[in-house]
Amino acid sequence: MSDENQPAMEAARYPDGSILYPAHPVGPDGNEPVGTVDLSEYTATLITWTSSTATPPGVRQPNHLGIVEFDVEGEPVRAIGQLTTDEVEIGETVEAIYAEELREPGAGIREPESQAWDGYRFQPVE
Amino acid sequence: MERVAIIGASMTQFGQRDSWIRELLAEAGQACLDDAGVEGSEVDHLYVSNMASGEFEGQTGIANAVAHDLNAIPAYTARIDQTSSSGGAGVYSAWQSVASGASDLTMLVGGEKMTHRTTAEATDVIASLTHPAEYKHGVTLPSFAGLTARRYLHVHDAPRESLAKVAVKNHKNGVDNPHAQFQKEVDLETVMESPIIADPLRLYDFCPITDGSAALMLCPESVAKEYTDDYVTIAGIGGATDTHVVHERADPTVMGGVVDSGEDAYEMAGLGPDDIDMAELHDMFTILEFLQSEGLGFFEQGEGWKAVEEGVTDRDGELPINTSGGLKSKGHPLGASGVAQIYEVYQQLMGTAGPRQVEADTGLACNVGGFGNCVITTILEASQ
Repeated sequence: MSDENQPAMEAARYPDGSILYPAHPVGPDGNEPVGTVDLSEYTATLITWTSSTATPPGVRQPNHLGIVEFDVEGEPVRAIGQLTTDEVEIGETVEAIYAEELREPGAGIREPESQAWDGYRFQPVE
Repeated sequence: MERVAIIGASMTQFGQRDSWIRELLAEAGQACLDDAGVEGSEVDHLYVSNMASGEFEGQTGIANAVAHDLNAIPAYTARIDQTSSSGGAGVYSAWQSVASGASDLTMLVGGEKMTHRTTAEATDVIASLTHPAEYKHGVTLPSFAGLTARRYLHVHDAPRESLAKVAVKNHKNGVDNPHAQFQKEVDLETVMESPIIADPLRLYDFCPITDGSAALMLCPESVAKEYTDDYVTIAGIGGATDTHVVHERADPTVMGGVVDSGEDAYEMAGLGPDDIDMAELHDMFTILEFLQSEGLGFFEQGEGWKAVEEGVTDRDGELPINTSGGLKSKGHPLGASGVAQIYEVYQQLMGTAGPRQVEADTGLACNVGGFGNCVITTILEASQ
């Protein structure tokens, strides 16, 4: 869960109340964000998952991935991310765990300086 | 707006080819010129559908290169990139050029050269279309398919075997397609026991990496008879997008771009799902055939798997889907696939599909880019 020394898992809040992760320049109502939410402070529900064996350069193999849904004061917010394990089930509660490097920058086609490579994995709540 | 006719079509052998991208595009292009009985110099507009020749091969400026190789100079030319739906987007641009009156003779050539790359490299080139928030987690198109398939099976209580039956059906159809990469049947057991690629999906749930090219020749219907007695027309076409970030979609088992592009195509054609006699759907992954057959209104949401189980979509079924073998068996050279879908519908409506022939006056093609990020749906009719 949230640690003050780690970067936030930052979602954007829009004027119509919707919250999106990742943040976009404008939200579903066409307006700019009015605030942020640190999703790592919340738990989420696993919507679906897969374990990918055909991974691109610089990605762990197998790569367990999941789509999760946070409930931020009644507002659903989805995110995708690596899972810490494939011992999971749809509907399970997960928490966000920070990782400094999710895949090896520069091993794949994308320019290493063009984006961040750290982020949050999800693991089942004990 | 005048209706647009397709007066010629071609496709190369799909599979692992020695030819590079320029040669592949020229091969299909020249065959299409021959099929339509026109010279390259007569072409007003030349569109080239290709996702990533620069990334795959280091060959950019491909549209001008093809124009020169086909002696189509001084035709207006442009490369159309819409990832996996580059071919469909090319059909849209070619249709637009003729329907608008800007061109009296438009050629579309789509192709990709991929097999010289490793699977990991090709997967990464394609995955580079993803949002940074997806890419950093190593998300690939196959992993999106695994995520969606698991959700679909869970929500609709569908058996895993129903996905495998899509592969079995399309491989069976591919046996009779001399251009297909795989011209061999696979049985259910082989699919179900093949290696896991993106759980619950296995190797045979995925299309192969492919080299190949396909081409079409278009003109106003009013002058089609000057070129040929038999042709097909584009009755309707629609293009639409969905979110770049896939997990933001309200229902992970619905592709909004399929629904929206289908509605636009039906409206333009003045037709509905019940009027379609056969369809070519973008079965890059088996799960996509369910999502498209539902999104296009052929079956109710969550019922697409039952149609496959009941044989409705078999070649001799009520609505044959992927008579060509689909991307699954025919192969998926990215920029060529949407063009090759139209090639198959064209052959079916012209009555020249050989052993694959079904009874059809109206056919539909749905070409999906990304994981439903961009979609083109096209409806063709046989000339009266």
